Amino acid sequence: MSELKTIGRLESVLKAGHLGVTSECGPPRGSDPEEVKKKGMLIKDHVDAINVTDNQTAMTRMSSLAACVHLKLMGIEPVLQMVTRDRNRVALQSDILGAASFDIPNMLCLSGDHQSFGDCAQGQNVHDLDSMQLIQTVRHMRDEGKFLGGDNIKRPPRIFVGAAANPFADPFEIRVPRLAKKIACGAEFIQTQCIYNLDKFKEWVRRARDRGLCEKTFIMAGMTPMKSVGMAKYMKNKVPGMDVPDEIINRLAGVEKGKQAQEGINICVEHIQALKEVEGVAGFHIMAIEWEEKVPEIVERSGLYPRPEV
Amino acid sequence: MIIAEKKPIEEIIEEVRNYDRILILGCNECVTVCEAGGKKEVEVLASALRMYFITQGAEKTIKEKTIERQCDHEYLEELRKNIDEYDAIVSLACGVGVQFAAEKYMTTPLIPGVNTVCLGANEDRGVWTERCQACGSCVLARTGGICPVSRCAKRLLNGPCGGSTNGKCELGPDTDCAWQLIIDRLKALGKMDDYEKIAPIKDWSTDRAGGPRTVTREDVKI
Repeated sequence: MSELKTIGRLESVLKAGHLGVTSECGPPRGSDPEEVKKKGMLIKDHVDAINVTDNQTAMTRMSSLAACVHLKLMGIEPVLQMVTRDRNRVALQSDILGAASFDIPNMLCLSGDHQSFGDCAQGQNVHDLDSMQLIQTVRHMRDEGKFLGGDNIKRPPRIFVGAAANPFADPFEIRVPRLAKKIACGAEFIQTQCIYNLDKFKEWVRRARDRGLCEKTFIMAGMTPMKSVGMAKYMKNKVPGMDVPDEIINRLAGVEKGKQAQEGINICVEHIQALKEVEGVAGFHIMAIEWEEKVPEIVERSGLYPRPEV
Repeated sequence: MIIAEKKPIEEIIEEVRNYDRILILGCNECVTVCEAGGKKEVEVLASALRMYFITQGAEKTIKEKTIERQCDHEYLEELRKNIDEYDAIVSLACGVGVQFAAEKYMTTPLIPGVNTVCLGANEDRGVWTERCQACGSCVLARTGGICPVSRCAKRLLNGPCGGSTNGKCELGPDTDCAWQLIIDRLKALGKMDDYEKIAPIKDWSTDRAGGPRTVTREDVKI
């Protein structure tokens, strides 16, 4: 995994053996670029790259690619998230080239939440490719320098290819085989679902390690600080595939309302510190949803700051 | 009806190669009418498989059965008493029948013997064409009784596109332009004014896009 495929910082940090740090910013529900730029400025010095979500939860937003371009032009490294829900293989390949034309060096390949969760529940979904096939598509374009149709690409994209993994969804027994499949398709880094159940996550990483998967990809543990006990309960009960143990809820419920957010940050920092020691964890993906200003504090208190020189 | 076509025999041979006792299971409904999976096709496939395996020196027991409907618990139950006599079943029903049988007999491998193609009609001897995609929200009242969802390659609800030429689709001369057909029919009905009514953005939540569909009728339930 030592040869660099891109000019990106994220790949360099991970391949140099440092713990990587990424965060995310959701584009606005409007066309004001300042909102993206502001979020980027808040966290840029504390992370290696920033994921830009692609119409997350199927709510229509500014395009992920456009928001990535805003960040890139500010000198911030983006991770372009792309879902297969909204675009067929023509549009996906075209957007990959568009991203590469701005030297956006990272991509996260996803299938995307079903449109019924968003603001266009009556819409079609495309799913011409699935997330694994999208991973293969980017790798094919980069490594073979060819389109899916077989023609040569002039200046192929140089993109570090990532995928998501949820260690907690059912059935648990296929969670590691599914990871193996994504790696076999070409996923070079993995960003996981938000982790609250450390034991289950460690078991998942252990199984991945036993299969040698941690040497083939960089697993970045997904962390989302809880803002309140209400958020914790919502995530436990309403978000599919989320595992929030009762001890988290009890701990948040045990402090007064005004201090729950700080307690949420404390839990997040403690979890990162615990997972730093787990063999096979290559970094952290900190998703502070509409709470980007807290990312620097989390990164600093977790001992992940300053970011290494590469 | 549901239109299916026979899978290539080579594909079926590959799937059944490792089983010794095989049942070829036909269905007396749609696949019989479209001549892909009825009693006659069961006989032909069973004979072809027997001949193939004899030439290979392989000993196989290949049984034949055609039931009334494979998409019906009652008829599928007919298999239960003999189900252990088969190592695998090749079902010549549509995808619905194959799955219904698979759900019923958890430990018996089910192999599809046909490809399910579409909801269509028998246009001519040996020709079946698509007419419906089960979008769950029928627009035929507004389109002269011709379906733009299943018959326009772009599913345009306010067509035709610029590729319509001499009544044919831009895909080529073998495909009628659905919107030409719609316009012809609206003219014949004296309803050309309807053409200028703009079809609103369609609610696709009743289509496959909305997820697997269920129809529940309280008045029919027991």
